[in-house]
Amino acid sequence: MAVSMDLEELKETFSFFDDWEDKYRFIIDLGKDLTPLADAEKTEANLIRGCQSQVWLTHQLSDGKLHFQLDSDAHIVRGLSAVVLIASNDQSPEQITALDLDGLFDELDLLAHLSVTRGNGLRSMIEKIKHIAAHS
Amino acid sequence: MSIRKDFPILARQSRGKSLVYLDNGATTQKPQVVIDAIDQYYQRHNSNVHRAAHELAEEATQMMESGRSLCQAFINAESRKEIIFTRGTTEAINLVANILTQRIKPGQDILITELEHHSNIVPWQMLAERTGANIKAVAITDEGELDLDDAAAKLTKNTALFAFTHVSNGLGTINPAKVLIKMAQDVGALTLVDGAQAILHLPVDVQNLGCDFYVFSGHKLYAPTGIGVLYGREALLEALPPWQGGGEMIEHVTLTSSTYQSAPYKFEAGTPNIAGAIGLGAAITYLQQQPIAELVAAEDALVSRALSGLQQIDGFRLIGEPAKRSAVISFLLEGSHPNDVGTLLDQQGIAVRSGHHCNMPLMTRLEIPGTVRASFSLYNNDEDVDRLIAGVSKATTFL
Repeated sequence: MAVSMDLEELKETFSFFDDWEDKYRFIIDLGKDLTPLADAEKTEANLIRGCQSQVWLTHQLSDGKLHFQLDSDAHIVRGLSAVVLIASNDQSPEQITALDLDGLFDELDLLAHLSVTRGNGLRSMIEKIKHIAAHS
Repeated sequence: MSIRKDFPILARQSRGKSLVYLDNGATTQKPQVVIDAIDQYYQRHNSNVHRAAHELAEEATQMMESGRSLCQAFINAESRKEIIFTRGTTEAINLVANILTQRIKPGQDILITELEHHSNIVPWQMLAERTGANIKAVAITDEGELDLDDAAAKLTKNTALFAFTHVSNGLGTINPAKVLIKMAQDVGALTLVDGAQAILHLPVDVQNLGCDFYVFSGHKLYAPTGIGVLYGREALLEALPPWQGGGEMIEHVTLTSSTYQSAPYKFEAGTPNIAGAIGLGAAITYLQQQPIAELVAAEDALVSRALSGLQQIDGFRLIGEPAKRSAVISFLLEGSHPNDVGTLLDQQGIAVRSGHHCNMPLMTRLEIPGTVRASFSLYNNDEDVDRLIAGVSKATTFL
């Protein structure tokens, strides 16, 4: 991930947005800064099926910390993936298990994007990350 | 001349802006008279139908059966016995697919098209699995129209059934239903027309069309969800077995065997959606009071104006260019996923659909992940079109 922002900076940035346009431009830019997955890694096995947009997730465990890479074919979902990564990347499985990502999305006023009916794969992505952490 | 004021929800806001509702292909909004009809039914007449000999039951039965007669008149069916209430288009197709099981022989063809909604694909695949029949599909052209030569080649003496959509939900293509039905009849195939997207926008006359089955949902016709219609030719319905068993559909029951009612009741097991049927009747009555031809012409003009405005936008790519288009515009913006556009329009108070629209085989054929779909109804206006064009234009600045 090339996004060089920590969670506190992210929350602070969001607190300055007073209209949806700035917020979504920022989310889309976050997604553009995300290091894309190589095509070779966009495999069926790494695919998280949303109903509509697709999300790919890879992970590695080293020195007791989980490193994730995420990518999507949709800009906004990529940006929201970057938010998930800022909150969860390079932490221990225990820390990731304890993370309240729903709470974070609620705080950032993005919770609607996690609804099952959105079909964008974000909810499944978070469940997958939690599952990986629980089994690492 | 606008019917907009009749639909209370259109006065609400979405995301802090006045609502622009362009997801009518998914479902339409309800006029006050339909909401009132359902409300009145529950407040004053609620009772089970066809059975009890009391006043409320008489009223409820009369109201529901009047809904049936209104449906019959609306699609010009020959008899009210040909109108079967279902939960919607999907259930109507599943009903037909089930009652045809004994008629389909191994190796026969069930013909569909590349334009179909999943609900006009999957029930036939299940029927094919039960019977050993084959599924074949009529190809489309790059413009999104049915290839009539391919239809002619695939309709053979071996075709048991041809099921196709009257109007494509994904692209808005209006299919030449009467021509297709005639082609199917010439080889002795049964025909089912999926009218879900056509019923509000085209005059439907089942006797003139000559189809064996025509299906539609009430909720795309200003009626509530959970009610729809299967039209079937009476002689055919009488010859076919029931699907679900239970109350309402029987004539006489012993512990080991039963005799059945005739159509339509044979196909309506259990307590029906009484309020839904009454709401559907109210929606049809409402429509019959409107100058439909004038409203549809105004809707066509809106769609044309939206198309020409959208085509001025850099990166706008129209998906599907049929010669005859219903009230649907499907598109992509270069370099973005349809969901991005859907989200950016939603933030501007504009409701559209983004995704594959339950048309996965069509999207695969067109080699796209899905589309953004703006679908219109008779209450949309110039302001909706202006907001859509401005909204899509703004979305391009994000991507």
